[in-house]
Amino acid sequence: MSDSDHAPARRNFVAKAASIVVGGLISVVAPVAGLFTLFDPLRRKTDTRGLVRVASLASLETNGQPRKFPVLDTLVDAWNKTENVPVGSVYLQRTGDATVRVLNSVCPHLGCSVGYNASTQGYFCPCHRSSFTLDGAIADPKSPSPRGMDELEAVVRDGDVWVRFQNFRKGSPDKIVV
Amino acid sequence: MAEPTRNERPSIGSWIDSRTGYKGLLHEALFENVPGGARWRYVWGSTLSFFFVVQLITGVFLWMSYSPSSQTAWESVYYIQHQMLGGWFLRGLHHFVAQSMTVLLVLHLMQVIIDGAYKAPREMNYWFGVLLLILTLALSLTGYLLPWDQNGYWSTAVTTNIVGMSPAVGQSLQTVLVGGVTYGHLTLTRFFALHAGVIPGVIILLIVGHVYLFRKHGLTPKQPLKGPDQGFWPEQVLRDAVACLAVLAVVLFFVVREQGAPLGAPADPAEQFSAARPEWYFLFLFQFLKYFPGNTEIIGAIVLPTLGLVLLMAMPFIGRWKLGHRFNVGFMGAMLVGAVLLTWQSLNEDRRDPEHQVAKAVSKRDAARAVDLANAGVPITGALTLMRNDPYTQGPRIFSRNCASCHRYDGHDGMGNALPKDSISASDLKGYGSREWLQGFLNADTILTTRYWGGTIHTEGDMTGWLGDHIPETPEEIATRRNVVLALSSQSALPRQAAMDKKDSAQIAMGIAFMTNTKNGCAECHKFQGVGTDSPELDGWASREWMVAFVNDPSHPRFYGRDNDRMPSYGTEKSLTQREIEMVVDWIRQEWYTPKTAVARK
Repeated sequence: MSDSDHAPARRNFVAKAASIVVGGLISVVAPVAGLFTLFDPLRRKTDTRGLVRVASLASLETNGQPRKFPVLDTLVDAWNKTENVPVGSVYLQRTGDATVRVLNSVCPHLGCSVGYNASTQGYFCPCHRSSFTLDGAIADPKSPSPRGMDELEAVVRDGDVWVRFQNFRKGSPDKIVV
Repeated sequence: MAEPTRNERPSIGSWIDSRTGYKGLLHEALFENVPGGARWRYVWGSTLSFFFVVQLITGVFLWMSYSPSSQTAWESVYYIQHQMLGGWFLRGLHHFVAQSMTVLLVLHLMQVIIDGAYKAPREMNYWFGVLLLILTLALSLTGYLLPWDQNGYWSTAVTTNIVGMSPAVGQSLQTVLVGGVTYGHLTLTRFFALHAGVIPGVIILLIVGHVYLFRKHGLTPKQPLKGPDQGFWPEQVLRDAVACLAVLAVVLFFVVREQGAPLGAPADPAEQFSAARPEWYFLFLFQFLKYFPGNTEIIGAIVLPTLGLVLLMAMPFIGRWKLGHRFNVGFMGAMLVGAVLLTWQSLNEDRRDPEHQVAKAVSKRDAARAVDLANAGVPITGALTLMRNDPYTQGPRIFSRNCASCHRYDGHDGMGNALPKDSISASDLKGYGSREWLQGFLNADTILTTRYWGGTIHTEGDMTGWLGDHIPETPEEIATRRNVVLALSSQSALPRQAAMDKKDSAQIAMGIAFMTNTKNGCAECHKFQGVGTDSPELDGWASREWMVAFVNDPSHPRFYGRDNDRMPSYGTEKSLTQREIEMVVDWIRQEWYTPKTAVARK
């Protein structure tokens, strides 16, 4: 009697185990296929830009007042590639006869756009009230920004200002290229 | 009274169960009684549910990368298919599961009808099923448009125009569906909302109802029963799971074989697309329409399909009559056989139609080209802009419309269509400017063939006469003629001959020397390098600039002047734009953008 009880039980176990295995197998295919594309952006490297001409040196005030310029370069947006369009903007400030300071206009805190305030001679982010001095350093110690504004590499060549435009990770005390 | 044992903490499962009652639900779901025991024939409903869930999952992931507008739909689908990691697989899965669902639905319906499962008390459930079938087909129709490629675009144009043919509200219905009188952004946003929102939402509701009713009435056991009743779990579940695995394996086979789902060239409302065909499971309707010409079309497109559907819906009532069930099975059989025959007929007609074969080849060529161009980055105006400005794509089209009434390209009209022999009146321009082409041209015999001047008034002209009088015989004469061929061909500066021209510079120099000879060389007549007086001038002969100027105005004194045979001045008469002339010239010269990675592509 106990034999005939065990046989169906064993068979039942095999059927259950097989159902779970096969069911699991068929369940993973679609989600896994989707997860590959979902995580696709992780494997894309940001394109490193070369030097881009941003402005002529003559267009900068000699008294050290900064001025905001768009950076025109090739914009790659998923499938689209567009030449000569704004990819960001920078503050240019003359620091000498042939030297300039270039600051990325984006706040290193959480990425808002930083404005220049001529009356206070400094930069101010309206989102979370970070303030920066003309050289980009944090002005008010209560500023939430973990670091000063991001300075960019620039060269002056034949009267033109060329900038290597880059964006950096926000909210970090370190300047890390993204 | 037994107190709860000390410190006994309820398990998480029972905690959740006390709040939700899921165990009862699970029990209800898994321990459905299967009369007569588990059988393979009961698996079809489960495979359909499984595939529907796969479609929801793959659909949501595709949604994360898809952008419905006429400048981004094709582009985003291209990006999924060709740029994203595993994107082709995801698309292929969604595409082929959709195809399989149609097949499985028909199998499911067949079984329901044959087993009489539509009869009382299961009529409501049967109608839910028929509605699900219709909605699934609606998913196919709306999904077919979303990639915004030529095939989807033109097929959707046809189906929505059929909607427009319906009496009374047809036109308004079509305008609402399409989002206007022309196809564009709003067509895509509407179809996308239907495809990813409205229809799946209704389907989910209907599936819930369908399964609820199925559980209420139990499955329709196939008599005679095989054995004692069994629970749904695990015996039937195992069969269902294995069946799902099997259909999934079939789908995966096609996904891998086809490397995803097809993607044609981007939709172009201005471009004839003769290869347009609906999905294979709608081919029978497509073929059916052909039997209703002219005014009777509405009968084939709307009246009869609607009647068929009404009859399908009425089966539970028909089934009550004495011979009703037999009629239902017979009707279904007739419909299926008819559909198979019509599908076969449609495929067969296309296979035997050389024009359709050419159209299919062109559509394949365009599709591959669109991907090559898009790989270099798509402008924000969309991939169609790339196609419209591409000599490789437009050259043959401009040629077939404007040049092929006299000229040939490798014997055909540029697109691959054969043309009547007697219509040839000017030279075949395949390889124009090349050494090979000139070798045949500067030959007294072959110049008189229809490949060159055989069909023109120039057969009586000075050039033909000169060639006849100067047939090279001695090795020296033969070498000189060859040098002239190389020299004149080098004037065309064909990029693909650049290396050869450089290598043969000595021969070319000798050829040039002969050409500038005003006594018995080319310059005896032709103006070339400051000597000679007559036209066509040979400086830069067949070069891009020379050809563009020539097509603009062949009657210009620099070219044929008054000796021009019948060639129209496409530029000065403004029958072609400058860009069109450039594109056809670039195409004849085989100068077009070639991707650097062309070799690496599979």
